[in-house]
Amino acid sequence: MAVTVLAIIRLHNLVAVVMLSGFYSLLAATLFVVLDAVDVAFTEAAVGAGISTILMLGTLALTTQHEKVRALPRFPLILVALTGVALIYGTADMPDFGDPESPIHEHVAPRYIERSAEEIGLPNIVTSVLASYRGYDTLGEVTVIFTAGIGILTLLGVRRWRSRKPGPDTATGDEDRNAAGGDRA
Amino acid sequence: MVLRVLGKMMIPFIMLFALYVQFHGDYGPGGGFQAGVIFAAAIILYGLIFGIHNAMRVVPPDVVRVLIAAGVLLYASTGVAGLILGANFLDYDVLAKDPIEGQHIGILLIEFGVGTTVAAVMITIYFAFAGRQR
Repeated sequence: MAVTVLAIIRLHNLVAVVMLSGFYSLLAATLFVVLDAVDVAFTEAAVGAGISTILMLGTLALTTQHEKVRALPRFPLILVALTGVALIYGTADMPDFGDPESPIHEHVAPRYIERSAEEIGLPNIVTSVLASYRGYDTLGEVTVIFTAGIGILTLLGVRRWRSRKPGPDTATGDEDRNAAGGDRA
Repeated sequence: MVLRVLGKMMIPFIMLFALYVQFHGDYGPGGGFQAGVIFAAAIILYGLIFGIHNAMRVVPPDVVRVLIAAGVLLYASTGVAGLILGANFLDYDVLAKDPIEGQHIGILLIEFGVGTTVAAVMITIYFAFAGRQR
């Protein structure tokens, strides 16, 4: 993963960067599988490695393939480095990985694990938590996606689709239809 | 040519897999978010191979736009149905006589809402991006 990130920073060809970030997502997904978070891994592989790569490539097709190289900006670099150091310092206070005494394992998690089978009756606790116990949050997530879709529609326009007549892109489709028509004739 | 034949073979299975992930999310890994994305991927693959205008003929953008809102509405109205039946918002216990069955129905409905919205939004974003080219 580190190698991928370094390559992403080094490369200036944005198509390669998009490909590598898809690859990074795939690696992250395998990491989640190793951590037994199959649902998260699934999402990461489908969204991170799949859809977002296509959407990024679509964006590149609308803009440009090459990054504009500029001098390294000093102030943001220092700011980012300081934030990074602060965050790493913060992790020192976190409970050890897999510590059963850590707060996250003593709050609501045991109740979900013990009671969800009788309360919800689903073998997949992730789904129980996501859809039932935390249904309100998931409604918020769906609304976020809804808002994103509306935003894209507003920014990139809708009406152009309707006014546009099928262009040269549809040549293959037209051939198909002609061929089918020919067969029938 | 190879792409088109392979695509034709793959797309139905991708869609079937999306439906499996959608409705089997209660028992295995998966759920509305993943299923929506996979379903959208099938449509996008179709668009990439056969051209976006053919994809738009299969899945009209107008319909997809309605589906974006329909998913959220399905989710929210499942919650409201709980309210009307005398429980809290998004409490599915009252949707059926047996609380567990109610939970099943509720989760199935809201996951379907999630899947619809996610798939519709992804397809819309793809259409919006790819439809602008040239």
